[in-house]
Amino acid sequence: MKFSGMRIRKRSKISKGEAVIVRLIAIVLALIVSGFIIVAITKLNPLQVYAGIIDGAIGTSRRVWVTIRDIIILLVVSVGLVPAFKMKFWNIGAEGQMLMGGLAASALMIYVGNSIPNGLLLLLIVIASCVAGMLWGIIPAFFKAKYNTNETLFTLMMNYVAMQFTTFCIVFWEKPKGSNTVGIINAASGAGWFPPFLGQKYGLNLLFGILVTVILALYLKHTKHGYELSVVGESPDTARYAGINVKRVIVRTVALSGAICGFAGSLIVSGGSHTISTSLTGGRGFTAIIVAWLAHFNSFIMAAVSALLVFMEKGAVQIASQFGLNHNVSSIITGIILFFLIGSEFFNNYEVVFDNSEAEEK
Amino acid sequence: MSMFLVFIQKAISQGISILLGANGEIITEKSGNLNLGIPGIMYIGGVSGLVGAFFYENAVSSPVPLVGFIIALICSLLCASLAALLFSFLTITLRANQNVVGLALTTFGIGFGNFFGGSISKMAGGVGQVSVSVTASAFQKSIPGLSNIPVVGTLFFSYGFLTYLSIVLVFVTAFILNKTRLGLNLRAVGENPATADAAGINVGQYKYFATIIGGAIAGLGGLYFVMEYLGGTWINNGFGERGWLAIAVVIFALWDTRKACLGALLFGALSILYMYLPGLGRSTQELFKMLQYIVTIVILVVTSMRKNREDQPPESLGLAYFREDR
Repeated sequence: MKFSGMRIRKRSKISKGEAVIVRLIAIVLALIVSGFIIVAITKLNPLQVYAGIIDGAIGTSRRVWVTIRDIIILLVVSVGLVPAFKMKFWNIGAEGQMLMGGLAASALMIYVGNSIPNGLLLLLIVIASCVAGMLWGIIPAFFKAKYNTNETLFTLMMNYVAMQFTTFCIVFWEKPKGSNTVGIINAASGAGWFPPFLGQKYGLNLLFGILVTVILALYLKHTKHGYELSVVGESPDTARYAGINVKRVIVRTVALSGAICGFAGSLIVSGGSHTISTSLTGGRGFTAIIVAWLAHFNSFIMAAVSALLVFMEKGAVQIASQFGLNHNVSSIITGIILFFLIGSEFFNNYEVVFDNSEAEEK
Repeated sequence: MSMFLVFIQKAISQGISILLGANGEIITEKSGNLNLGIPGIMYIGGVSGLVGAFFYENAVSSPVPLVGFIIALICSLLCASLAALLFSFLTITLRANQNVVGLALTTFGIGFGNFFGGSISKMAGGVGQVSVSVTASAFQKSIPGLSNIPVVGTLFFSYGFLTYLSIVLVFVTAFILNKTRLGLNLRAVGENPATADAAGINVGQYKYFATIIGGAIAGLGGLYFVMEYLGGTWINNGFGERGWLAIAVVIFALWDTRKACLGALLFGALSILYMYLPGLGRSTQELFKMLQYIVTIVILVVTSMRKNREDQPPESLGLAYFREDR
């Protein structure tokens, strides 16, 4: 029996059901492996580990809402990256765009927080954070459009410029002096904080998250802009031939992408932490890239993957704190889940064929 | 004068991690693989050397520096190679997107490093921070005799083994890439894999080979930081953005390891310059730390404007190779 006839073939298509099953298998394998790792570290029995994870993520109603809040942030950033990725523009600058958005929100809260009505302030915060993120996206997009400058590396560097800019601002905003942290902004007045919505502290976050996701899905599917950017992504030459102004589409699309990521920054600051630091993003800008790509830009799958990752992260952090271990274990778990999901993509796109006849001919 | 000497010495010690990372990434990128997992791999390389040395020093009553040195080196090379192997398997064999796999690897690697670096001492039942001073002393040992020469000794001979290794690797890599058949083939794979394939070069094998060797070298950058720079301990996120700076240096050096040497020195100098300039307030210092990234962006833009053929990234950088798509 010869195995030399084994080869890899591109699948013509895969049914939705099969694709879902492949991903589910990947997730189950990832959960088993990450469970094993936690067991090895904590010496708990596996069932206790999973119970601990569930408790950490959704154990109390407060935890449920914190989990929802964080799922929404990851989802919004992933959604924000989709237009750029669909155009094959590798925007890996979401970290910086979020940070700039968060910075704009904090600046407004600090400087005009207590002098204008809260409704107006919130409106300004949303606009300013979008503009800040947009600006951070437009700079690399302009050079990509004009000189074809490598956007992967450019947007990556912009992250660290944003990070240094944030530490620069923190020097002026720190409270108490010398602490190098900003503390809770407007702790007494709550100016610039998202108000409770439908009785829930994070209700507004949920509403905004759903709105952004739906609007963007409609924009991509049903508008001329959405069509143009996907043509540019497929082939810039075709787009040019069809009379599309490729440069304009690139700048416009990345501006939109940056704006949504900037908005996510305000969701974190105004809608959650009420403070600003360089660890505001917590690597979510990078994780979102993987989420958007794994979901093939499908909103529902993005929501599902975001939910899975945040759920596991919260659970792992809970277990880590119970055992006095450091919370970085959650990054290990996130990494493992991502590796399995990335690996499973192969089986959706290709099939392995055992073709013995060919081997015998040789 | 003596302050200037110290500045250069400090700049070099800041630059070595970046140089090793950049050297590894250049080898990787020459094969057409853009490995954004390098920052994660550097964390993995650093922490695994540390953990290896930690177990050795705890297991014997009077640890020998040289043995700890060898164990740390092997652990670091092995784990960094395994991480690079994972990247290779996912991107070359399973044909996954390189950016995505790289970023996932970086997330994983940084978590892995901070987790084990921060808790290994506790998990082994000890208290306080992990410390492997005996092994670190072997890494920090400078050249006896020569390091005592004034000025020249301080400037050139006051470093440990990994510093000299990193310089040797720069020239070895440059020689292999530019003067040997192996290097020519590797560059062909990175520029145009279809043509290389047609010429009978095993594209997958070269990509695997380059990515794993590159990962191992980058991992040494992490080991350098943990052993020679920190003296055998761990600070969470202490390694900072050096991994990304290594990727920035690759651009700065236009994919030439010899220029990466200068780039790493420059970046090392820029990262500590603010401490040596009088009259800088805290806020201006933070702006100074931005310089290295701004410099990288400017170089990126200028090279794309000039469109000089010698200075471009490998043609197929970031793209997976499908023979059937040719």
